[in-house]
This record gives sequence, structure tokens and C-alpha cells, in this order.
Amino acid sequence: MNTEITGIIPVFGLSILAAIPFGRFIARTFLGMKTFLDPVFKPIENLIFKISGIDPDCEMNWKQYLKAMLGVNLLWFVLCFFVLLTQGSLPLNPDANPSMTPDLAFNTAISFVVNCDLQHYSGESGLSYLGQLMLMFLQFVSAATGIASAIMVFRAMKDKTTDKLGNFFSNLVKSCTRILLPVSLIVALVLAFQGTPMTFEGKDKIITLQGDEVEVSRGPAAAFVAIKHLGTNGGGFFGANSAHPLENPNYFTNAVELWTQLLIPFAMIFALGFYLNRKKLAYVIFGVMTVGFLLLVIPTVVSEMGGNPAIEKMGIAQAGAMEGKEVRFGAPMTAFWSIATTVISTGSVNGMHDSTMAMSGNMQLLAMMVNCFYGGCGVGFLNFYIFIILAVFISGLMVGRTPEFLGKKIEAREVKIAAFIAILHPLLILSGTALAAYCAAGDYEMGWWFSGKATGWLNNPGSHGFSEMLYEYTSSAANNGSGFEGLGDNNPFWNITTGVVLLLARFIPIIGPMAIAGLLASKKFIPESAGTLKTDTTIFGVMTFAVIAIIAALSFFPALALGPLAEYFG
Amino acid sequence: MKSQSLFQQDQVFSALKQSFVKLNPKLMIKNPVMFCVEIGTLIMLVVCVSVLMGNTTEGSFAYNFIIFLILFATLLFGNFAEAIAEARGKAQADSLRKTREETSARQILENGTLREVKSSELKKGDKFVCENGDTIPMDGEIIEGIATIDESAITGESAPVIREAGGDKSSVTGGTKVLSDKIVVQVTSEPGESFLDKMIALVEGASRQKTPNEIALTILLAAFTLIFIIVCVTLKPFADYANAPITIAAFISLFVCLIPTTIGGLLSAIGIAGMDRALRANVITKSGKAVETAGDIDVLLLDKTGTITIGNRKATNFYPAPGVNFHDFVEAAVLSSLADETPEGKSIIELSNQMHSDIGLDISLLTSHISQTIKFTAETRTSGVILKDGTDIRKGAQDAARRIAENAGNAFPPETSDKVTEISSNGGTPLVVIKNGKVQGVIELQDIIKTGMKERFDRLRKMGVKTVMVTGDNPLTAKFIAEKAGVDDFIAEAKPEDKMNYIKAEQQQGKLVAMMGDGTNDAPALAQADVGVAMNSGTQAAKEAGNMVDLDNDPTKLIEIVEIGKQLLMTRGTLTTFSIANDVAKYFAIVPALFITAIPALQGLNIMRLHSPESAILSAVIFNAIIIPLLIPLALRGVAYKPIGASAILQRNLLIYGLGGIIVPFIGIKLIDLAVGTFF
Repeated sequence: MNTEITGIIPVFGLSILAAIPFGRFIARTFLGMKTFLDPVFKPIENLIFKISGIDPDCEMNWKQYLKAMLGVNLLWFVLCFFVLLTQGSLPLNPDANPSMTPDLAFNTAISFVVNCDLQHYSGESGLSYLGQLMLMFLQFVSAATGIASAIMVFRAMKDKTTDKLGNFFSNLVKSCTRILLPVSLIVALVLAFQGTPMTFEGKDKIITLQGDEVEVSRGPAAAFVAIKHLGTNGGGFFGANSAHPLENPNYFTNAVELWTQLLIPFAMIFALGFYLNRKKLAYVIFGVMTVGFLLLVIPTVVSEMGGNPAIEKMGIAQAGAMEGKEVRFGAPMTAFWSIATTVISTGSVNGMHDSTMAMSGNMQLLAMMVNCFYGGCGVGFLNFYIFIILAVFISGLMVGRTPEFLGKKIEAREVKIAAFIAILHPLLILSGTALAAYCAAGDYEMGWWFSGKATGWLNNPGSHGFSEMLYEYTSSAANNGSGFEGLGDNNPFWNITTGVVLLLARFIPIIGPMAIAGLLASKKFIPESAGTLKTDTTIFGVMTFAVIAIIAALSFFPALALGPLAEYFG
Repeated sequence: MKSQSLFQQDQVFSALKQSFVKLNPKLMIKNPVMFCVEIGTLIMLVVCVSVLMGNTTEGSFAYNFIIFLILFATLLFGNFAEAIAEARGKAQADSLRKTREETSARQILENGTLREVKSSELKKGDKFVCENGDTIPMDGEIIEGIATIDESAITGESAPVIREAGGDKSSVTGGTKVLSDKIVVQVTSEPGESFLDKMIALVEGASRQKTPNEIALTILLAAFTLIFIIVCVTLKPFADYANAPITIAAFISLFVCLIPTTIGGLLSAIGIAGMDRALRANVITKSGKAVETAGDIDVLLLDKTGTITIGNRKATNFYPAPGVNFHDFVEAAVLSSLADETPEGKSIIELSNQMHSDIGLDISLLTSHISQTIKFTAETRTSGVILKDGTDIRKGAQDAARRIAENAGNAFPPETSDKVTEISSNGGTPLVVIKNGKVQGVIELQDIIKTGMKERFDRLRKMGVKTVMVTGDNPLTAKFIAEKAGVDDFIAEAKPEDKMNYIKAEQQQGKLVAMMGDGTNDAPALAQADVGVAMNSGTQAAKEAGNMVDLDNDPTKLIEIVEIGKQLLMTRGTLTTFSIANDVAKYFAIVPALFITAIPALQGLNIMRLHSPESAILSAVIFNAIIIPLLIPLALRGVAYKPIGASAILQRNLLIYGLGGIIVPFIGIKLIDLAVGTFF
């Protein structure tokens, strides 16, 4: 077998193997059971609680939990926005990088608060080290927000009838101290030893073989890159993200970064199984996600390995489609990464997605349009939860019983919320793209929004140009953060429109599942009978998969047909 | 009940008429999916007019007009589905209503005199008299007298029934006929508000309210409609960007094809058909919700007598005491029962008749020996006869018999005593026969379990319904019968409040409970149960308390009701799945057709190889329209329910309606295209 393929298997396999015990650890942590890290972290956490005046044992209902989550996120956004606006005159700025424009600061602050990390700047020239540290802080807490939100839903699924769903702040702090910090520390060390810089000094100078003097940007990158992946953030320290030789120096660090980003999304599903003591349910969910993932990965790897047909026609031999890829990773691994980073909402890239084959671009888009095969840190499960609710409803009717999930009846209110969340994703993607396409079709003068005519933001005409715009909004709505690139996106039009999409696409899909779970938790528990549809069976998994696939297909088929599919058949 | 074909000519005509009446937007807006189709149809009408006026950008008039016609047909098909379901329900209701045509009634005025009035003039609380040959004018409760009544007009059952004042069988229904005796009846409902009137209003749609599941499903369908509004609206700038102008006809067609018109058009028909099926099973439901709830029932309470066992106990065996001749014992047993009017007593004679040839008893000869009969009293707790020769023969429970024997100085044989214990533990009732103070033997009485009950309970168990037998028997007997009949649990020595407590306890655990009852003392439990089915023969109080009334007075009817409820939900679920799954093929038909002229590469998506963009769009819209009438029979009959476990049902329905829903339209659209393609 091709050694490039065999390289993918341990990356994927080891992620799963590591995720099972890690999921168990997560479950035990949030169940309040003893873990081996207690002696180290208990004192730290208690100190944090004491300073901030939090009573970690004060249980909240779902509305209080939600308010706490939204409130603290708003605070972070405001803080980050002002740091970015003024970073030029703040300390830790050895390279004297300028402050951000308000629209870029708006976009960047939102983008990091919502765990997306859509970057319309390059880290080397766009951020001071203080700015980088601020963003690094957000990479921790935004991931922790996702985990803490998912934990509330876990809790709501576990108890029979309750409105006490845990303490948001306690879960937030624990997510940071017990899960994100220790693993990031290890990963950062590995990366630092492999050559990723970790320094507060400014640019270095080297003299090349030709005798030119070249400046090389550096900074506290190793720590940044570790949490960027572990928290499924994806915001690169450098503009080229994980394709940059200092951010991702070799094949091994590439594997480490993949493991790191896959770890928590995988582990959260297993954690659900341990937390509820319903391991079979977790395996079914994980199975559905894995089938979806493989269906996206395989065509992508195949089409990237097949090489570019345009180059093929010229009679040039190629080792896969290498345009926009790093030789040290190769075509299959880059293809694998491109799907891994889009199914989970990392959005870090180790090659140019703009240069991948049309079918791969299609799969990357689909991965983000579905947005619940594994998904982002904590929120991946929340997105999947919505589809479970819809699948339970339809299949409940199909077996002739009022639908119920884990002993709770699914009624009009829950269906209403779930349907709204399911619509929101296509609404944001399609209406955003429609707006951009409308401007580009008429080639309007954009005034303040964009200097020049609208088509000026496209690097490519036709279908590929359409894909670029579709990708940008899809990436925003999926809180993914990867870019198709090739799009002139650092301008008020893109900064503001994607900023709005980011905001809505982050918080509403968290609020929805939390509301449903909170409502269900307070309902009467109905014991299982022979007539109850079990949700931990293969057939229910098939049903859930069908619901996910059909909603995605029905919402996005025309858009995909005009973008990557038109290119593919062309 | 009477079976009839799905479509009867007169019903079809009235439904066709109703299909047009229902086009009224005020009525249509209740169904968001079909309302969107109506708007689309109107837009197409405007487009057709503009093409006639000289607009050249929207394609030929013929093409636009055909699209308009198909959309219009889609609307009519949806309306027809609802109308035909209503017409069928109405026909069913009418046949019941015939029983309450105007009759004359003899009202008792306050001063006690009689007055001839029309039945429609009777008000709640009025009293009237009925004698043999009279038709009872209104629903009511007997307050005086006893009568045999022919209820065949309502139940179809020809055997007359006895109704009497007081007790649990005091209720009479309008339209039934008094066969003998005279009764005074008090009217229990205002004109037009009897159960039947309410049911008729429900079936005719006048007062139908959406059930909770129907509301939730409507929300989901509205959400799907919204997704497609978003898809279609955003497609306009996408197409502009791609330089692929799309005609209004194509837009509307895409939209109408994608929104779930199939289930949208059939949804209310399914609901009406569910109640209609209940009515056909001779069950009057007070709301659609009750039928739906029936499908969710977890626990079913059944009375033993009449439900699980046939009426009363029967003699099954004679066991003579040691030293007593079998023939003599049977003779004594028969003698002791000749004057016994109870069903148990009669069954002893029946049993001896069955053994007639072996034993050779002459009943009339025996009867002639009797000089005096001794009735059962609470003190002696025995009954029997004294013969002309002075022989005293008694039968009774063991303790009473033992006292008589011991008073006469005779021992109670231990063998007989053992037999008595054995019979009791087998769920039977032992009766000891004594002749002149000497124990003759034991008669075994047994409950006869109805045939087929075990299968029915198995079926319920597979549906996830737990059955509970309610009986006045002692726990030992109750346990035996429960095991033999295959019920899951029992309440022995049940008092009315025991039922109530059991229901409450089950509901506390989140279970839904159904029960049947007829007596006034059942009323609180019937009201407490999630599904309470009152027998039509029961008291007014019981009928008021329950949410269904069974006209046949058949206690096993609950099983049918549960299945009807499940069928109702399943039909909705499967047709929704089918409707949504259809969209895949429609996309592959329409999307390439929209863009093929601007982006020829998209020919690759035209996997059905449809003839031309116009024929592709027409074929998809035609398929979308005709699938509605094709599925009307399924909507009316309901998807068959099989108790094979929830996962197995899901697998089956997902395969048939999910996978089938994906494949069928590919074939259908291609076939239609082969025909349409010759014109466009």
C-alpha cells in the first residue's frame, strides 16, 4: 500500500484510541469524581473561585446557565476588541505592528470569541505579542465555553427530572484547568522541541545563501499552536497557518497537530457515554459521525492523489495534486487534514484549500455545511443533538408512538427550537453568499464597504469565484475559520458581514440545544417499554445519518451545483 | 362493521365539489405548505397573463399554462384528499344519524300528565315514557323500570339487551327500540350535544382541533418549507452571478416540488381517517387527541369478567367423596341445583347434560321428586332442595358444608378437603354437596378464559403495553387466571378505589394508562385514565367520564383502539419521510434543467437523462402532483401496524418509505419525461 496512505491510518486510529480514556477522564471530571489531577488542580481552582467570588456548588437552571455563558462571552469580546484597536501603543510589541482598523478588530474579536478564528490578517504584521496573547486567552476560554455548554446538556440528559444543571463558571474553569491547560502544555513542549519558536523577542535576521538579509517573524508560537488545535480554534500564529514551516515544521508535528485537534471532539462523544453510563449510545453517535467523516475523506484523498487533470493533459507526471501543498506533508495527508479541519471546526490549514481539486473543495464545503460530524470543541455534539431530536421526532412517528428521547417526550416546543436551529445554518450561509453574489453579479461600486467594484474581491471568475464566496460564509457559519483564500476579505464588507454571521452562528446553535435540554430535563420521565424506540441502535444511527444528510443535501445542493460541482463536471 | 370500498361515487362527487370550496385562502392558510402552493399557483396565473400580453422572457404560453394547470391540480388533489376523508366520515356519521330521525315522544310533564312531543323538542332533564315497540327518542338514563332493548340500529348486534333503572346498565341511546316492558327515561343531553352529535362534528371537521403531534409535525413541515424558501430566494442572485437566467415558472416549480406537498396535502386526511377508523370500529371518540394517545398507552386495565373470561364461572368437574358412587353424587349435585337460578347452578346441570349418555339422568323425573326448594341466604350460605321423601340436599362453600356435616355428627373426609384446596389453587371455585348431613363430593367451577386471549395479550406485550386484570377474586384465584390468560399483572379483591390508585401509581411513573369501564363507580378511574373507554351500555356518569364510548360494549376493543392510534402516527411519520425523500430525485431533475443552458457542464448532474429542461421541470411537477392522489388510499387506510418491536418497525418503514421515497420518483419522473419529452 502507498506509504502516504498508511501514514493517515495511525493518525486517525491513535486519535480514537486516545480519545476513549480521555473521554472517560472528562466524564469523571464533570461528574465530580476523583481523578489523579485533583491534588494539582483543586488548589488552583479554589483560588480562582475565591478571587472571583464564585460558589462552584451553586447549581443553576438552564436559563441562569445560559445567561452566565452569554454574559462572560460579551465581556471577553469587549476586552479583546479594545486590545486589538489599541495594540500598536500597548506593550509587548517589539515589531511595532499597527493597531487594527475597527472593522477588522470587530471581525477578529468576534471570530476568536466564537471559536472560529477566521483571520482576515496575517499574524506576522497584523498583531502585537499582546494581541497574540489576548487571542490565545480567547482560544482557551472559547473552547472551554463549548465544553461547559455541552456538559450542561449532558447533565440535563442524565437526571430524571430536574432543573439543577450545574454551575457554568465551575465547568468553565474546570474545562480550562483540567482539560485544556495540561494537554496544551504537553503539545506546546513537543512543538517547541520540534522547532516551533517560543519567545517574546521580535523578528530575527538571517543571511541567506545568496547573501541577502531576511527578517523572520517569530514569537510565542508553540503555546499558541497547541491551544489553536486542542481547542479546535484554528487561528494561526502566522498568516500561512499550519503550512508555515515554523508553525508546523515536519511530518511528525503535522501528526501531533492532527491528534491534538481531533482529541476533544472525539473524546466528548465518549465522555457522553461515560457520563450517562450509556456507552452504546456514544458508540452509535461516534459511528454515525465516523461514517460521515469517511464519506468525506475518501473522495478527497482519492481526488488529491489522482493529481490535477489539467496538468495531466500536458503530459506531466505528478505525485498527486501538489499545487498549494507542502512537500513535507504530501497530497494524501494534506487532503486528510483538509477534511479533518473542516468537519471539526478547527479551520487551521496545512495547504491551500483554494488549490485543491473541485471534488475536494466540494467535500470541504460539505463538511462545514453538515458541521456535526465530530464538530467543534463541545459544540459538535450540540449540533448533533439537534439532529437527534429531529430524527427522534420523525422516527417516533414512524413507529407509532409519541416521540421520546431518553425518557422525555419531544413535543411541539422542542421541535420548534430544533427546526429553527436546523434552518439557521443554511439561512446564514445562503443569504450571506446571496448578498455577495448579488454584488458581484451586478459588479456594483461598493463605496465604503469595499474599495472598487465588487468583483474586485474575487481572484477567480465563474464557478471558482462563487466557491470562494460560498466557502467564506460557510466557514463563518460553521465557526470553522479556514479560508478558501483567494478572496480579498480584509475590508469592511467581508469583515462585518462575516462577523455578523459568526456571532449568530455561534451562540444561537448553543442556546437552542441548551434550551431543548433544559426543557426536556424538567419534563416527566417515562420509563422504557417494548414500544419505545431505542436510540442506541444501529437503525436509529442510520435514521440520524439520513436526517443529517438529507437536510444538508436539500439545503445546499443548488449552491454546490453552481460552485464546485460545476467545476468538477467542467 | 360494514366494509365498503374506499371511493364511493356519491362521496367522490361531493368531495370534488369540496376541493374547490376549500381553495378559499382563509381555509388554506391553516395548512402552510399548501398555502405556499396556492400563492405559487396565483403567481403562475399572473405570468400566464403577462405572456399573453406579449412578455417574451418567460417561455411559451403553453408551457407556462401547463405549469399553472399542474399546480392548480396539486392544490385540488390536496383538498380532495381532505374532502374525501371528510365525506367518508360523514357517510359513516350519517348512517348513525339515521337512527335519530324525528320520532315522537311521550313526555311526562311536571304535573304527571303525558304529552306527545317531537323528539327534537326534548331538553336535558326532561322525562319521557317508552313502552314495547317504541323507539327511544333521545339519549338518556332510565329512572324507573326495566326493559329489553334492541340496540341493533347502533351496534349491529341483533340480540336484545336488558337495561334497568339504577345499577350500571341504566343508559339508553336514542334510536334504539324497546322490545318489552315500560321504562321512564330522563334526557341527559341537550339537543345536538349528544356524544354522537359531537362525534359527527369532529369527523365533519367543524370542530376538529389539531392534536399535539400534528402541531409539532406542522411546525417541522413549515421549517422544511422555510428552508426551501431560503434556497429558492437565494438561488436568484446565484443564478445572476452565473449568468443563468431562471424563468419564474422554473422557480415556482422548483419551490413547489421541494416543499413537502405530499404530506402537506394528506396531513389532515390522515387525521380524519384515524377518527373514521375508530368510528368504523364502533368507537365514538370525543377528540382526535384521544385516538392519538391510545397509540402511546403503556398500561391497560381490563376487568376479568366478560373481558378475559366468558361471563361467569362454569362447572367443569365432579369429584365424589370416598365411598360415594359417581352417579349418585352427580344426581345429588343436579338436584341441589335444579332450583338454583344462578349461572353457576345452571352450569352444573349443563355439565351433567353433557355427561347425559354416560350417567343417564332424567331431569324432569328428578324435578318431580322435589317438594321444597331452599334459597341461598347469607346465614346458611348454602342452597338446595328437600325431596318428597324428606332427603335434604345442600351445596355450598367448604366452611358452610363442613359445619352442616359436623353438626350432623359426620366427619369431613380429608380426601375431599384436599380436593377443595387443590381446586382453589388451580383458580377454581369448589362447591361441596351434602346429602342428609353427609358429604357427597365436590363440584369444581372454573372461569372459562376466552379463546385467543393469550395471543391478544402477547400482541399487546410486543406493542409495549402491559395488561392488568382487575377482579374481585381472591389473590390465589386471580394469580392463576392471570397466568393462564397471559396478563402481566392483576389486582385481586379489587374495590373501585383500587383501580384508581393503581392508575395513579402508574401515571406517577410517567406511564399512560387506558381502562374500560361501565359502572358509575368506574367513573373516577375512567376520568383519571389517559384513555377511558366507557361501554355504551354503561351509566351516563361513566360515559361522561371517559373520552371514548364503545358502542359494541366489547371490552377487548381497547386493543383495536391502540392499533388505530399507532397507525395514525405511523401514517404521518412514513408519509413525511416519503415526501422529504422524494426531494432528492426532484433536485436531480430540476437543478440541471435550471442551469444547463448557462453551464453545459452541469449535464453531468442530469443522471436521469431527461429530455429537455422544460420536460424535466414538467415531469417533476407532474410527479409531485399525481403522487398525492396515488397516496390517498394509503392515507385513508393507514400504514399497517405490526407488533414487531420499535426498532424493527423503524427499519421496515425506513426501507419502504425512506429508501422507496428516494427511488420511486427517479423512476416516476423518468417515465413521465418519456411521455412529456415528445412534446417539449
